[in-house]
Amino acid sequence: MTALVVTKLEAGYVRDLPILHGVSLRAETAKLTVIIGPNGAGKSTLIKAIAGLIPVGSGRVMLGEQDITGIRPDQMGTYGLAYVPQTDNIFRNLSIRENLGLVLRRSSGAAARMEELFDLFPDLGAKRTERAAALSGGQRQMLAVAMALANKPRVILLDEPSAGLSPKIAAEVLDLVRGLTAQGVTVLLVEQNVKQALRVADHCYILAEGRNQIDGPAAQIAADPVVGEIYLGGRRLEPS
Amino acid sequence: MIGLVSYLTFFLTMAGIMAIITLGLNLHWGYTGLFNGGVVAFFGAGAYGTMILGGPSQPDQFGGFELPYLVALGGGVVIAGALAWVVGLLTLRLRHDYLAISTFGIAVALEAVARNAQWLTGGARGLRGFPRPFEDQIDNNFLFGVVFLLIVLTVLGLIWLSIERLVNSPFGRALRAIREDEVAARALGKNPVRLRLWSLVIGAAIMGAGGGLYVSYTAFVSPQDLLPILTFQIWAMLIVGGAGNNRGAVLGAVLIWGVWTLSGFALTRLAPASMQIDAGSIQYILIGTLIVCMLIWRPEGLLPEKIKKSQPMTARKAASNSTRE
Amino acid sequence: MIQSILDGILTGAIISLGAIGLTLIMHILRFANFAYAELLAIGAYVALVFDQLFPVLVPALDTAFAPLTLTGALALSMVIAMVLTGLSAVVIDALVFKRIRQKAGPLSMVFASFGVALVIRNVIVLIFGHHAQLYSQDIARATVISFDPLILIKPDQVFVLALALALMLALHLILTRTTFGFALRAVAENPSLAQVAGVRLSTMVAAVWVIAGSLSAVAGTLYALTNQLNPLIGHVFLLPVFAATIVGGIGSVYGAVLGGFIVGIASGLALMILPPGYAPAMPFLIILAVLLFRPQGLFGEEQQ
Repeated sequence: MTALVVTKLEAGYVRDLPILHGVSLRAETAKLTVIIGPNGAGKSTLIKAIAGLIPVGSGRVMLGEQDITGIRPDQMGTYGLAYVPQTDNIFRNLSIRENLGLVLRRSSGAAARMEELFDLFPDLGAKRTERAAALSGGQRQMLAVAMALANKPRVILLDEPSAGLSPKIAAEVLDLVRGLTAQGVTVLLVEQNVKQALRVADHCYILAEGRNQIDGPAAQIAADPVVGEIYLGGRRLEPS
Repeated sequence: MIGLVSYLTFFLTMAGIMAIITLGLNLHWGYTGLFNGGVVAFFGAGAYGTMILGGPSQPDQFGGFELPYLVALGGGVVIAGALAWVVGLLTLRLRHDYLAISTFGIAVALEAVARNAQWLTGGARGLRGFPRPFEDQIDNNFLFGVVFLLIVLTVLGLIWLSIERLVNSPFGRALRAIREDEVAARALGKNPVRLRLWSLVIGAAIMGAGGGLYVSYTAFVSPQDLLPILTFQIWAMLIVGGAGNNRGAVLGAVLIWGVWTLSGFALTRLAPASMQIDAGSIQYILIGTLIVCMLIWRPEGLLPEKIKKSQPMTARKAASNSTRE
Repeated sequence: MIQSILDGILTGAIISLGAIGLTLIMHILRFANFAYAELLAIGAYVALVFDQLFPVLVPALDTAFAPLTLTGALALSMVIAMVLTGLSAVVIDALVFKRIRQKAGPLSMVFASFGVALVIRNVIVLIFGHHAQLYSQDIARATVISFDPLILIKPDQVFVLALALALMLALHLILTRTTFGFALRAVAENPSLAQVAGVRLSTMVAAVWVIAGSLSAVAGTLYALTNQLNPLIGHVFLLPVFAATIVGGIGSVYGAVLGGFIVGIASGLALMILPPGYAPAMPFLIILAVLLFRPQGLFGEEQQ
């Protein structure tokens, strides 16, 4: 079963200047799909376009049976899609409870759901009345993920959740992301941290210059000597 | 006949002074992207400055130094520039609307000073009796008008040429660079704050020159000359004509001054007596509507800037639009 | 001295009410709105119209709540003015600012706001004339608080201050206790993330205009109640409300409230030294002082 299908997506910040030149991908239900590629490959642009934050020139985004191409970003949640931006992904001036209360404001069992989330993320529960600005880097990512999970999305998009974190915390955050699939959530992840990403992912897409390059099972990509040569070994396109 | 020609001379002289001020605003807004909400303040600084330095001495009145004409005019220009320098120094490092608010504020403050600082500005009565240049040599009013028109046109031409040279110099290219993409310009080693400050000061000095010429023509200045409506008129001239383009600025000045004069004329002649008292308000509504309509439907003005907008500018706009509905 | 401070607090409360909406608009829509203070004028004149209409329809409304000069008619009119001014703010945005921000930069909106201000002010002149008007012809008697130094307070002034503070408290509760308040603060902090969190921007922008319009309507009416009403009220309040937002820091509601009181009191005190003619210039001096010493304002975040 495929949760998210992107077909020949063209998108960019400016009309007539696309950054994505017809990217296609499929994210299988309850699997973790990772997108890697060099800087400027269009990875972030791709998931912003899926999330409705960037105007789509042509192509389609299907969420299960529903066409969500060109839907306003604030409506994506009602379709079951959540997105976690790379930076500035929590409201620093709001308390943790207010951050969660904001995303839960339309749901009926908000208070109960918030308690569930605090059980899931005890660190957040302990600091629920504090301003989000007071959280550590890893805790901020937890809050961002908790906000995305709040309304029980079918698909969650994450833009480099490990950026700026220490290797240990980064691994913890990626394990957390991996754990989401066990609850039936489909995860589409963009990562610069290729080794860690391939460790937790099921399937991998490699993007360069706004186009699909290679894709395959994560284990196969990680083991592939040619891919390893280009993306993991000698001619590294990535700063790590 | 002579009456009509005489009136035409008067009209063109005023339009020429307006055109000079519009050129100054064009340097601010058109070439540098600075928002000047207090055009009238710099005009007024030039006018009062010229009057105080070159006007006749009067009892119980500071000023009236009776300096030679060009020194007085130059002094007015310098005062206007200095005022801009102070405002620019405080605001140009900050978000753009601080300059808008501060320039608007300085216009309000200057009007308050003009109305209240009797010893300096003559208060509500204003200052009178400026010795107009060549007035003693020419005892014919009509001829004086023509000569003064020629002076204004010469100054207008000189300022035009200087601005053209300025904006085509490395300085002007740097100005446009920071207007289009500040980050890139900064990366190239341009100092945006200093460039903007110079543009603000030079533009304000040009407006001051307009004020100095105005006082040399009317020989009289009062707080009534400092009303905010002048700022709106000059803006309308620039927006209608087309910002970033000196031909547009001058065309706009003549056009708007013509429309303003004619509408005032029409209202006083044609409107019923009961509406006479509202004639000013109707004119204000017209000019306000004109500004808003131009911005909505033809923001580039009648004669748009010729330079093609570079990519980064539009890219930024699109990026900021994408986050807004 | 004490009298000046008291008068300053009163003016300050009115400026604060006006500045709250402005600081939100400037922060969320990223432009200095010079037409903003005209909302005070719209509010005050709408209240005037209904204040004159109601007693004709229901004479009982014409009795004042002693010792105030405030009548039932005016209280009711103020509520109507809040609604209609809020709506006008939304309509003006839809007609002008929305169209411009869709295709041009924020400075074009600043230009446009000047044009809008000019139109609104002069339409008011055409309808109501230049002359000053009063809600009530009753003489408001002042209560002597102390004879030496002489301190006078009118009951209306106490009412103005109490109402302003009550509205600010209500807004505070909305911002901190309701999910609508969370959404508003979220949009103010990060519009793009707020969208991702499910907040519809256009709805919140409209909501901010409604809040701005209704608070401004109260500010305008309260000013007219304690002073008098003329078409220049918007022009008179423009610089003070800008000064209050800058003192408080653009985007900070609490900053705007505090900034309003600071501007009011500082202006009141300055007029003990300066002739009253200089009053319009005071907010400008305050702005200069803030830019010189603390450009981000008391509660503002560092800019650039």
